[in-house]
Amino acid sequence: MMEPGLNHVLFVSTALFFIGIFGFLTRRNLITMLMSIELVLNSVNINFIAFNKYVWPHKLDGLFFSIFIIAIAAAEAAVAIAIIINLYRSHQSIDVENTEDLKF
Amino acid sequence: MNEFLQIKLLGIFSLGMNLGWALLMIPLLPLLGFLSLGLFGKKYLKQSAGIFATLLLAASAFLSLHIAYGYFFKYGKLEGAYQKIIPIQFTWLQFSPGLSIDLGILLDPISVMMLVVVTFISLMVHIYSLAYMKGEERYPTYYSFLGLFTFSMLGLVMASNIFQLYIFWELVGVSSFLLIGYYYDRPSAVAACKKAFIITRFADLGFLIGILILSFYGGTLDFNSLIEKLTSTNSTEFKTIASASFVGISALTWALVLVFIGGAGKSALFPLHVWLPDAMEGPTPVSALIHAATMVVAGVFLVARLFPVFSMSEVALKVVSIIGIISALFAAVIACTQTDIKRVLAYSTMSQIGFMMFSLGVSGQAGESGLGFTAAMFHLFTHALFKALLFLGAGSVIHFIHSNEMKDMGGLRKYLPITHITFLIACLAISGMPPFAGFFSKEEILLAAYHHNATIYWIALATSGLTSFYMFRLYFSIFWNKEYIAHGEVHGEGGFVMMMPLILLSLGAAAAGFIPFGHFVTADGNLLESAFHLQFSIAPVALGLLGIFTAMWMYKKQNNRPDTIAHSMNSFYKLAYHKFYLDELYLFVTKKILFNLIGKPAAWFDKNVVNGLVNATGNSTVFISEKMKGFQSGKVQQYAIYFLAGVIGLAVLFIYIWK
Repeated sequence: MMEPGLNHVLFVSTALFFIGIFGFLTRRNLITMLMSIELVLNSVNINFIAFNKYVWPHKLDGLFFSIFIIAIAAAEAAVAIAIIINLYRSHQSIDVENTEDLKF
Repeated sequence: MNEFLQIKLLGIFSLGMNLGWALLMIPLLPLLGFLSLGLFGKKYLKQSAGIFATLLLAASAFLSLHIAYGYFFKYGKLEGAYQKIIPIQFTWLQFSPGLSIDLGILLDPISVMMLVVVTFISLMVHIYSLAYMKGEERYPTYYSFLGLFTFSMLGLVMASNIFQLYIFWELVGVSSFLLIGYYYDRPSAVAACKKAFIITRFADLGFLIGILILSFYGGTLDFNSLIEKLTSTNSTEFKTIASASFVGISALTWALVLVFIGGAGKSALFPLHVWLPDAMEGPTPVSALIHAATMVVAGVFLVARLFPVFSMSEVALKVVSIIGIISALFAAVIACTQTDIKRVLAYSTMSQIGFMMFSLGVSGQAGESGLGFTAAMFHLFTHALFKALLFLGAGSVIHFIHSNEMKDMGGLRKYLPITHITFLIACLAISGMPPFAGFFSKEEILLAAYHHNATIYWIALATSGLTSFYMFRLYFSIFWNKEYIAHGEVHGEGGFVMMMPLILLSLGAAAAGFIPFGHFVTADGNLLESAFHLQFSIAPVALGLLGIFTAMWMYKKQNNRPDTIAHSMNSFYKLAYHKFYLDELYLFVTKKILFNLIGKPAAWFDKNVVNGLVNATGNSTVFISEKMKGFQSGKVQQYAIYFLAGVIGLAVLFIYIWK
């Protein structure tokens, strides 16, 4: 059986990235949109790990980057969920189409 | 401070250091009053403002008497002639090594005389106002404005160069503006103060151009060197200014006539007099100080100050005397028909200033022919006394009766005994009845005119007859005639504070004529014995008496003679009553012609071109933002698409185009 190469991994991460973007642009539920963002972040994580493993196997930079991103993603999720909860309290909904107050 | 001011004490006159400071204090004390009352008066000096200002002015008046005594009797003379002393001078603006503007004090007979007149009249007015203006809302403001005026007027008379004089000239204009508009809640007062300011300012334009021409050719602004350069026919300055010509008239004449226009505006001479009667909207003591005794004679002072230069140009002197005599006659005719007592006095002031002006115009520079100069200054001096007295007396009448109109007055001699007597003295003085002050000064003026120009003499003689007629018309209608009609609470004659200035001024008006003026103030500084001709004074006195008796016949008892006479000269009476429609003419020129030809096109340009440009900028911004604001929809996902599109666009750019 063939060992999976860099290209295979990049293919997976690219797919994941665009799934995330597509989800962000099309879903109406804010929680789902948040999940889509997590998908985008994770696709980036996969990229970092893959490049680290295949291009510079003796270094750890990519690994640390992905750990940072995971930590930041957690913080970001906390903030986003707080915003969503507040939004729900004021608008009784978490549908993104109901949050159009901040326009011209 | 000392070094900065560089107070130069001229050795030969041995003016002591103390005297220099005393001289500086004369204008600075009223300035102190202005500043302190203006800044703190409303809060801290509400009640004591009047006393404070009066005390400062009393000190200033005392110092000027001290200076005048010293100048006239101790150190002013050198070899029998009064000198022009500059005790204090420092350079203010240095333009080039040759040209600078200095500030300084010039003492000569006329400035010393004016010092005394200004501080004395101002002191009287300050005292009088203590009672007259009592209880006014803006009492401290009133006194601070009086201080500003006194300061500027003193600065004007002591100025050692023409530019300094011009600065103070404008300052007196401003303080006159402020005081005429003192009752700023009255629309007529607001209109009057604007009118006064605009007309005098308009005339000052001529003055400024005159100054520029004089200093351009003379190369200096100092009075002394200017006069020195422009009066010696050999100097290069004189040769250039006399030979340079514009429309056939020499630059010297142009400059002097322009300077005279400034003086005519300030002194309310025909045809720039229209502001003076309206200026009577101000408080009456202000009219006494500014619009009778001091500021309005600034034009006479100016011509007298530059008199040696004026005497170099025959045309300029002719203009001065013609405008003077026209004003004198014109105003006297109008004064006979007016019914507002302050307006009668205003026209009388204008007429008397006309006397001073033509007296200067007929004067020569030296010796016997300089009689006109001395007479003009003498008349300025006596006129200040009796005219201030007349105005203060009118103030006392108005205070009693609460009206300016002659038809409301009558029979007041029983109720206002002191005012009555002092007013009578002033009327006799202005009518030129011996032995009151006006007799002597008017005789000299007439004498000077007689020797110079017969036409002017006859007009002046007729005018002096008219003067006594309209003054006694005023006197009889106020104090005799019918019973008065009061417009408000009647409360007896003003107290001692109001009567004291009247009494002091009436003493002056009665006795000032005996001052041998020719010993002190002459055109060339030398002594001038005024010869007194008995047969010469018969005509004016007889005409004066005729005027008085006519007025008595018409106005002593209520009768219909005035109406009959007015009716018999119907059209002329109407013409004079409406002040020869000069106000209407000015209004026609400004409102109809200037407004339609210049004002309206300018307004159109402003509205359409200037405003149009500004509006176009604003409108285009609004238009563009109107189109762009759709991008900010509030839809999060739309923003995300823009962002994505932007990123993709940049990626394409970096990868394929900019490589």
